[in-house]
Amino acid sequence: MARTYLTRSAPETGEVERRRWMFRHPLVIRVTHWVNAICLLVLVMSGLQIFNAHPALYWGKVSTFDAPLMSMTQTEDDPPKGMTTVFGHGFDTTGWLGSSVGSDGEAADRGFPAWTTLPSDQDLTGGRSWHFFFAWAFVLNGIAYLLYGLVSGQLRLRVIPSRDQIRHFGASVWEHLTLRFPQGDEAKRYNVIQKLTYLVVLFVLLPVQVLAGLAMSPAMNAAFPFLLTLFDGRQSARTVHFVVAGLLVLFVVVHVALVLLSGFWNNMRGMLTGWFVIERKVEPAVPDGEPRA
Amino acid sequence: MSRAPNRRALLVGASATAAAAMLGGCDRLGNAEWFRRTLKTGEDANMFVQRLLLGEATLAPEYAEADISPWFKPNGTEDPPDKDYKALAKGKFAKYHLEVGGLVEAPLKLSLAELRKLPARTQITRHDCVEGWSAIGKWTGVPLAELLNRARLKPEARYVVFHCADTMDQGSPLEGGGDDEAADDVPAGNANPSMTRQSVGDESRKDSGGQQATEDDAASGGTPVRFYESIDLVDAFHPQTILAYDMNGEALPVSNGAPLRLRVERNLGYKQAKYVMRIEVVESFAHIGGGKGGYWEDQGYAWYAGI
Repeated sequence: MARTYLTRSAPETGEVERRRWMFRHPLVIRVTHWVNAICLLVLVMSGLQIFNAHPALYWGKVSTFDAPLMSMTQTEDDPPKGMTTVFGHGFDTTGWLGSSVGSDGEAADRGFPAWTTLPSDQDLTGGRSWHFFFAWAFVLNGIAYLLYGLVSGQLRLRVIPSRDQIRHFGASVWEHLTLRFPQGDEAKRYNVIQKLTYLVVLFVLLPVQVLAGLAMSPAMNAAFPFLLTLFDGRQSARTVHFVVAGLLVLFVVVHVALVLLSGFWNNMRGMLTGWFVIERKVEPAVPDGEPRA
Repeated sequence: MSRAPNRRALLVGASATAAAAMLGGCDRLGNAEWFRRTLKTGEDANMFVQRLLLGEATLAPEYAEADISPWFKPNGTEDPPDKDYKALAKGKFAKYHLEVGGLVEAPLKLSLAELRKLPARTQITRHDCVEGWSAIGKWTGVPLAELLNRARLKPEARYVVFHCADTMDQGSPLEGGGDDEAADDVPAGNANPSMTRQSVGDESRKDSGGQQATEDDAASGGTPVRFYESIDLVDAFHPQTILAYDMNGEALPVSNGAPLRLRVERNLGYKQAKYVMRIEVVESFAHIGGGKGGYWEDQGYAWYAGI
């Protein structure tokens, strides 16, 4: 593992001791990161469009129309209400789920609201076109990332916790919960929770998501019947696809929140140019400076 | 430190503006012809890869009697409004004939009784609607290959087109919502009104209106279009591709496509044409309907429906 991280001394200011530049993200990682971000956004929004064509989920081989696990409907009331039913418990979700106002200003029978779907109007065929195109882009991009990550050693660095990290697992969790971010040398590597999260997202959630998507295809069912066995039927695969999409959204929300909290500009510069600043020690009396003022 | 809140406000404001612009931009992009064609390459790739993965005789999963859905959800047209069809249904389809023509050496005309005498296949398969739901049903019918072999395809034959009895009303898209207005296995009007609003639909209305004007009595409001579908020879000669006259051991009900419907397993529901009246073997479907190979294809759905 030669030259894992490059460093360079800080620019002209007298901050040499306080901050250190580190080349954290190689080009391939940066490009695949942003392509992936776009793909996930489009896939989630076009996925909600497709879901809206039949906003109900089931378990097993077929749809049990009178007993869905979850469904979103619009009531006959005037004005209509949006109802979301989960495991038989109904919730009034007017304006959000089941019934919401579209671009024409009219309340309509729709699962997720228009502003969360792509295209925003109800358009199943449009949603499918977006979804399949970006699904291919996502898969090819993911393969490029994994191949590069394996060959360059970046993947191991990023997702496999080292022994000392596992030993201090509890302390890391506490640091995370209290939003105290590592500094100095410790900030050079991803912490144990980061690594485990990426590990789960990369090698559990994303593969399951792709397989569940394929399991919904009648042609793929013929080619690979084990897909149906794996998910206990096509309708369960659809439900798993929906739930995992939700988990991925949760991951992105936490990811973006932590990017904001742990130094937005530094993180953004890191993922755009590769260069990341490590703070050497805490000096609370000195105000936070601009990256390269 | 007073800059932090400003910065935060700026960030939030910028993200909100960017998000709104992005949403509008995506919708506009999605309406641009070149972009729509680009997106469609994803669906072309689906077909290319799935055809590579599937052998010509790779079977769709078949199920047990116990798996049959108690209610096989009918979708799309459930009771064709056409006068000719209603007359046939009234006579229990005794006067029904299936015609097989186009690029064949020996055109066929078969009554339901004659069809029932031909070799039959029974299969319990899952029906997957493009909307997302599934149902399992038991189908009995004539393998399409049986008919095509009897009619003997000419060498230039490439596609098999199914002309159906039900007329689709494409008028007043936004008032859609009645069952009559939607068709086989695709969202009822209210689930997806935009389908009938696309320019593709407008073209198909013009083209097929002229073509079918002579045989259409069932016009109601908008310009009527007869439902049709097409498959290629790979699917046509697949062992599970049958023209079903029985569902779950009984004569096919009108709501599920009586007297004869296509079962082309390994494909989504919108390919499973109901009320099949005439089979036409062609070299290209560019001159039929809107030219995309089927009623729903003319509305923008992919011709290949394996996923």
